[in-house]
Amino acid sequence: MTDPSPRRLDESGAPVRFEFEGREIVAREGDSVALALAASGIRHLRDSVVSGDPRGMYCMMGTCFDCLVEIDGQPNRQACMTPVSEGLNVRIQRGAPVVGESA
Amino acid sequence: MSAHVIVIGGGLVGSAVAFGLLGEGQDVTILDEGDIALRASRGNFGLVWVQSKGDGMPEYAQWTRRSADLWSGFAEELADESGVETGYAKPGGMHLLLSEEALEARRDLNNRMHNVNGAAGYGAEILDRKALLEVLPGIGPDVVGGSYSPHDGHTNPLRTLRGLHGAIARRGGRYISGAGAQSITRDGEGYAVETPKGTFRGDRVVLAAGHGNKWLGPDVGLDIPLRPQKGQILVSERTAPFLPMPTHVVRQTDEGSVMFGDSHEDTGYGDTSSTDVIRDLSANAIRCFPHLASLRIVRSWGAVRVLSTDGFPIYQESESHPGVFSVNCHSGVTLAAAHALELAPMIAAGALSPELGVFSAKRFSHD
Ligand SMILES: Cc1cc2nc3c(=O)[nH]c(=O)nc-3n(C[C@H](O)[C@H](O)[C@H](O)COP(=O)(O)OP(=O)(O)OC[C@H]3O[C@@H](n4cnc5c(N)ncnc54)[C@H](O)[C@@H]3O)c2cc1C
Ligand code: FES
Repeated sequence: MTDPSPRRLDESGAPVRFEFEGREIVAREGDSVALALAASGIRHLRDSVVSGDPRGMYCMMGTCFDCLVEIDGQPNRQACMTPVSEGLNVRIQRGAPVVGESA
Repeated sequence: MSAHVIVIGGGLVGSAVAFGLLGEGQDVTILDEGDIALRASRGNFGLVWVQSKGDGMPEYAQWTRRSADLWSGFAEELADESGVETGYAKPGGMHLLLSEEALEARRDLNNRMHNVNGAAGYGAEILDRKALLEVLPGIGPDVVGGSYSPHDGHTNPLRTLRGLHGAIARRGGRYISGAGAQSITRDGEGYAVETPKGTFRGDRVVLAAGHGNKWLGPDVGLDIPLRPQKGQILVSERTAPFLPMPTHVVRQTDEGSVMFGDSHEDTGYGDTSSTDVIRDLSANAIRCFPHLASLRIVRSWGAVRVLSTDGFPIYQESESHPGVFSVNCHSGVTLAAAHALELAPMIAAGALSPELGVFSAKRFSHD
């Protein structure tokens, strides 16, 4: 699920580079990870734990927990609540992550 | 004979009764107060729980067990009619024990229940730590044992309520929000219920307004002694399945979130969260399952339980106002199936069956 013609309204801010699924994303300082991905045409952030269907951003303000991604190996990070920083490694979250030591 | 029944209160209790009444061919209108109301049905833990219920009142143990037996069919009916899966599962349930004293007290409780109800009516057994580890390998070093009952299960309470509301609409029932009952008066053979949305007339009335029953009861000659008790709940981020059955402190939902619960506070009708209780809930859950310590909590809330003063349900028809029934209980999730499939048919037939006599509020009057 990609957006064919994403459009950024505000082009200001220094560029910040990070990786999404191995692909380089150029964000702007102050972007959230979710915003940077949306501005790069990426909408598919995780797969539903229940159905496996793709999920993306919904509320962009930290309440819906739809935008969960894996960042630098840590699962269940809210992309809309995480500011971009140079060199982040962001991955699609597939299904339910094992958190902590597995039982 | 079809009557028009007004059900006051659209929580789990009123909705289960309304669903059952519609199944009996009654014409039903639900009057519900609205979003500002105290609503236990929107803030509970979601256990369909049998073990430990009914110590001191064997009829309550049997009634609870009856509901648990009906739950699978009830959940299927709701899913078929409303398209909402309740997430009900019955893998059995575990009460975890963190000290030898707690284990012994629980063993005594289970023995009492067996003696009174017989093995078939109850059926919880004590597992020592070794046996428990085979079922729940994630338990912490402080857990000395558990009490296991195959009759226990859990459901998503919000989806259960939504399923009920969907099925009620499909069966032709009406649900009216913003219609808190202000008074109930006689109107010919039936009753008139005054609300901000106008006056509604019914041949019969079911009081299922949770705490509201206490204030509505006197209008119809009923004294319903209820007390509030707050419970707080935490919900974690989703995690891979690790908990094959619900416990009384934590349960994992079908979507992977972990719910922490089981606090009891006497703080009146307030339902706010508080740090000390959240801390204790977390600490206790982590003692039971240490790896939960690394989970992030995403939400917390408080809700007010509707408890009768002795903790057992109240089912009663008013003597001065025949055709007016009062329904109150703590475990409205657990009892939803019995309310829909056993209690509602009695109300539709016009009288509670004598076996429910012990649940009358008369047990509170000592004259
Ligand atoms: C923290 C917590 C955990 C719980 N855990 C469990 C559990 O694991 N398993 C279990 O079985 N049970 C559990 N319960 C109990 C269960 O939630 C309740 O027994 C059940 O929700 C009660 O339903 P109710 O419909 O009687 O009350 P409520 O949900 O409170 O509904 C009452 C309804 O009446 C309406 N109302 C009030 N006054 C009026 C009026 N004057 N006119 C019209 N409408 C009115 C309100 O709008 C409301 O919708 C728990 C409860 C809490 C608080
Ligand atoms: S988009 Fe809703 S929490 Fe991130």
